[in-house]
Amino acid sequence: MSKKYCAYLCSGCGIGDTLDLDELNGVVAKEMSMECKVQANLCSKEGRSLIQNDIDNGVNTVVLGACSPRVMTTEFDFGEGVIVVRANLREQVIWSEVKPAEGKEPHKEAAAFLQETASDYMRMACTRAKKTELPEPYKLENMSKTIMVMGAGIAGLTAATEASAAGYKVLLVEKEQTLGGKAVGWRKSFPTKAPWTDLEENPVQALISKATSDSNISIKTGVEVARIGGAPGNFAVSFKPAGSKNEWDAPAKVGVDEQELIDKGQKEDPNAGLRKYTEVDPEATIVGSVVLATGWKPADVSQYEHLGYGVLKNVVTNVEFEALAKAGKVPANVAFIQSPGGTTDDKDFPYCNSVTSMVALKQAQYVCGDNPDGKAYILYQHMRTPGHMELFYKQAQQNTGIFMTKASVTQVGDKGGKLVVSAEDTLLGENVELEVDMVVLAAGMEPTTLHESTINLAYRQGPAFSDLELFDGYADSHFICFPYETRRTGVYTCGGVRKAETIDETVDDATGAALKAIQCLESTDRGVSVHPRSGDATYPEFFMQRCTQCKRCTEECPFGALDDDAKGTPLPNPTRCRRCGTCMGACPERIIGFKDYNIDLIGSMVKAIEVPEDDEDRLRIVVFVCENDAYPALDMSGMKRNGINHMIRFIPVRCLGSVNMAWIRDALSAGMDGAMLLGCTYGDNYQCHFVKGSEIANKRMENIGDTLSSLGLESERCAAEQVAITDYDKIPQILNDFVDRIVEMGPNPFKGF
Amino acid sequence: MTDEQGTNGAILVVGGGISGLTAALEAAEVGKDVILIEKGPSFGGRVAQLNQYFPKLCPPSCGLEINFKRIKANRRIRTYTMTTVKSVAGGPGNYEVTLEIAPRYVNSNCTACGECATACPDEIPNEFNFGMDKCKAAYLPHEMAFPRRYIINKAALSSSGVDAVRAACKYDAVDLEMKPETVKVQVGAIVWATGWAPYDAKKIDNLKFGTSNAIITNMMMERMASPNGPTGGNIVRPGDGKAIDSVAFVQCAGSRDENHLEYCSHICCMASFKQMSYVRAQYPEAKIYVFYIDLRTPGKYEKFREERMSDANALFIKGKVAQINSEADGGVTVVAENAVTGDKISQKVDLVVLATGMQPELAVQNAPMPLNMDNSGFVISDTDKGIIAAGCAKKAADVVTTTQSSTAAALKAIQVSRR
Repeated sequence: MSKKYCAYLCSGCGIGDTLDLDELNGVVAKEMSMECKVQANLCSKEGRSLIQNDIDNGVNTVVLGACSPRVMTTEFDFGEGVIVVRANLREQVIWSEVKPAEGKEPHKEAAAFLQETASDYMRMACTRAKKTELPEPYKLENMSKTIMVMGAGIAGLTAATEASAAGYKVLLVEKEQTLGGKAVGWRKSFPTKAPWTDLEENPVQALISKATSDSNISIKTGVEVARIGGAPGNFAVSFKPAGSKNEWDAPAKVGVDEQELIDKGQKEDPNAGLRKYTEVDPEATIVGSVVLATGWKPADVSQYEHLGYGVLKNVVTNVEFEALAKAGKVPANVAFIQSPGGTTDDKDFPYCNSVTSMVALKQAQYVCGDNPDGKAYILYQHMRTPGHMELFYKQAQQNTGIFMTKASVTQVGDKGGKLVVSAEDTLLGENVELEVDMVVLAAGMEPTTLHESTINLAYRQGPAFSDLELFDGYADSHFICFPYETRRTGVYTCGGVRKAETIDETVDDATGAALKAIQCLESTDRGVSVHPRSGDATYPEFFMQRCTQCKRCTEECPFGALDDDAKGTPLPNPTRCRRCGTCMGACPERIIGFKDYNIDLIGSMVKAIEVPEDDEDRLRIVVFVCENDAYPALDMSGMKRNGINHMIRFIPVRCLGSVNMAWIRDALSAGMDGAMLLGCTYGDNYQCHFVKGSEIANKRMENIGDTLSSLGLESERCAAEQVAITDYDKIPQILNDFVDRIVEMGPNPFKGF
Repeated sequence: MTDEQGTNGAILVVGGGISGLTAALEAAEVGKDVILIEKGPSFGGRVAQLNQYFPKLCPPSCGLEINFKRIKANRRIRTYTMTTVKSVAGGPGNYEVTLEIAPRYVNSNCTACGECATACPDEIPNEFNFGMDKCKAAYLPHEMAFPRRYIINKAALSSSGVDAVRAACKYDAVDLEMKPETVKVQVGAIVWATGWAPYDAKKIDNLKFGTSNAIITNMMMERMASPNGPTGGNIVRPGDGKAIDSVAFVQCAGSRDENHLEYCSHICCMASFKQMSYVRAQYPEAKIYVFYIDLRTPGKYEKFREERMSDANALFIKGKVAQINSEADGGVTVVAENAVTGDKISQKVDLVVLATGMQPELAVQNAPMPLNMDNSGFVISDTDKGIIAAGCAKKAADVVTTTQSSTAAALKAIQVSRR
């Protein structure tokens, strides 16, 4: 597109009172060779029609020197064909001026400092405008809008029928010969409606009928997914008979070092006999997105020796007890043990969530219902019946056949054919010994992903979800606000594979997962990104001729978007990509970039900052700021009029992971005196919206420190800080302290070279 | 005023908290037209008032910021603040909804420069902080408020206040003559994401809320711990500002009690554990007492509980609090019985935090159309009619569960337009 530019300076909100806009206009017009207009307040009707009028007369690239790009977004939206770049003169310049301490005179050059800051932001914005291109969405040639649902239990059946009800085709795959999953074995299910007291008919048969009679849903049973290759919109799925081995099974991840050992014959190849992950199965079925609903397995409880499972007859798990109940009558005297830890540990069995509390309440009703004198004893540490399930609990308390107490169960023993349960710390004020016919242990629900990769992706980064160990093996998300976001685009998990859930919870979870699978299809079809940069039509483009196959991009991508091609060159899968730019930050050859965000664009912005020589009051420190959390925090810091040192220049970045160390080198070789990265918390409780970005950036900064030292520069000139969006009162201190340290070191000795 | 853009396939989402935002965005990002309305002056709802989320101890404004960004980037969502549903006509798949927009007294010329607030001489209790401090009668609800536009409490303006705010605004944005406005929209489905209100602690007589500054609610604690709260994040006793040497958390304040809320509010145990960490961060030596019935921290929350319970200066007492008595020095004594040992406990503390439960907002305010509700005021979806409940309007839940149910609600709403 042939670009026609115009810049506009807003004099409103104190900008015109604080800055010399004529001078700023001169900077834009002379240095940046861009027409520039000053307007009383740009966001007003008059201001916007001024801009719109210019657009109608051919301007298509607009630079606004006004408020933060986070505000007035609708007012300054001039349609899809118009590029708008904003310089944040309000929040991050005039509102962030350092005010003199009380009773002190301002620095005699304070006004000049502020003017210089504003000039730099206009230079950077104009540079950005010149380097920005309109994106062309990445569209797949062949796009499948079928959703594959793995697992046909309650979760999978729900996801399938709900997606179908919205008009989408579904391929439902079940390993067993029959549909319904574990729920087929449940006699009754928990209450799902007021008055929340009565057991209900198991909904699974109705759901099976609904799915089997739905023409949008095709069903494969007795079949497993061997591998899933490809990417959203074009996943290539190889199937195999359940339990069998197949040459198309997803290969395990083999690192570069491991491969070396294998090649030398010093290590067994875990993937012997398997097709490489890069190979395309000609028989594969193409689907657009995937819902993983492979559920859970009952946990083994034989490790709790004092409870006698596997040794004493009639000590069973809750799942085994349900099977008894489904088959016929249950025994008349039954103890339900909810917590295995004796007096030392009051936790439930692992992998329980609150489901097993409810299961015990349900099964206690079987005991009383099946036997006129039935007695059920529920021994718990914490009865977990959230929400309306409290009423189910209360109902059980009214049942004369159900006895419940907090208790630390210390032993289950055998006494002449009966079982004896010993417990302490009860609400009865004494230790108890219960003689019962059967003991039911509240075994947990282990996700299928705990023991095997399950999703079986044929990706360079391996077949399983990342971060599983962070979630104890559950295929869960780490985002509280965005619980469907995993590190594998286009794959959404629900039901027992995500956490131990009741049927009621599973139905909601699976319906949500179906929505996300649909949303991924529609976004892929439009050629735009999914969460968190939803709707972004840019994507990373690679100048492959200069690729050295170092593989950093493929290794570091938090979402496994990059594979290798047969020659070992990175093979981008744009529909897996979340557009964070971590690949761009990783690339030492600087060959990866987006239409509106690339090495040259940011590098040129860095170089657009004016670096005065021989002036200790005018050092220059560039701070790359994560636009998700740190940048808004800076805005708020400005709103609170926290002063930020005038020697700092901020450049927003998509994620710290996208910061290429070339920019740091550019800054320092241009004579700037320091560089900092300001981004999100990392570690187990990471807040990075792209999972790994800030962590990776931090590592890169450590390395660049070493490089600096070898050049004779202090490594302390570079720093990375973790901040939260709420740290707006702390960030100024962090930044100002950094400036103080740089001032102490003195100017960059390479200045002027 | 008739709506032009709305079509029969559009979805109305009532409530702009985390649930409504999620339902609206998830539907819009599929490609549906969405109208999102919020009764208050800004979006974010209850979570905007929280200091941190459990178990990650991360700020909710981080996720809200992303959601606001998604809204700004999406031309399919139209947002209205200060807006409620006045009436609903028509039927499933083709509702005509009349929305009422309450006067904000600040029009769209507002640049959020803040001069009106600076000039305004009148102050009002700060609602966002549960009245623990004051704000100007011309104000931004809070720093993170989206949309970033001021609002004026006209009733609280003195005549000099009227002159001051009018004179301060250079953009002709102050409009004290503003009248309520109505807008009609055509939609296929309505998602009720009206959320929850903290249960009114004054109704629980024995816990004496309102009789002593030393007795606060868990939501007040969230505000106090927040950097943008009434104390700038310092946890102190309201009134005298005393540093905290001892604090008691009283669980199930209203919940699991047939005289108040018959259900379990699901989040209060984890909320108190989270708040223990706020206290501990500021007071390494403070004594912490937690009075509970059961500790409902299932599944992945067990790890979080374990960490808090390993605190040597924290004592956990299984027992319901019978009484809280004010003491002469500004503190209070909590009286309870240990359910396991039978011992009577009388513990004097500097501060008591009542873990008040969640009450559905529609139990407090009447619904504008006949909705199927349970005894407690939770909305029961009628998906055949395109009436869908989401988040805490549907059941008491944590944020993860809320966003799941809101994502599900988006699909149920989309299905209506397919019929």
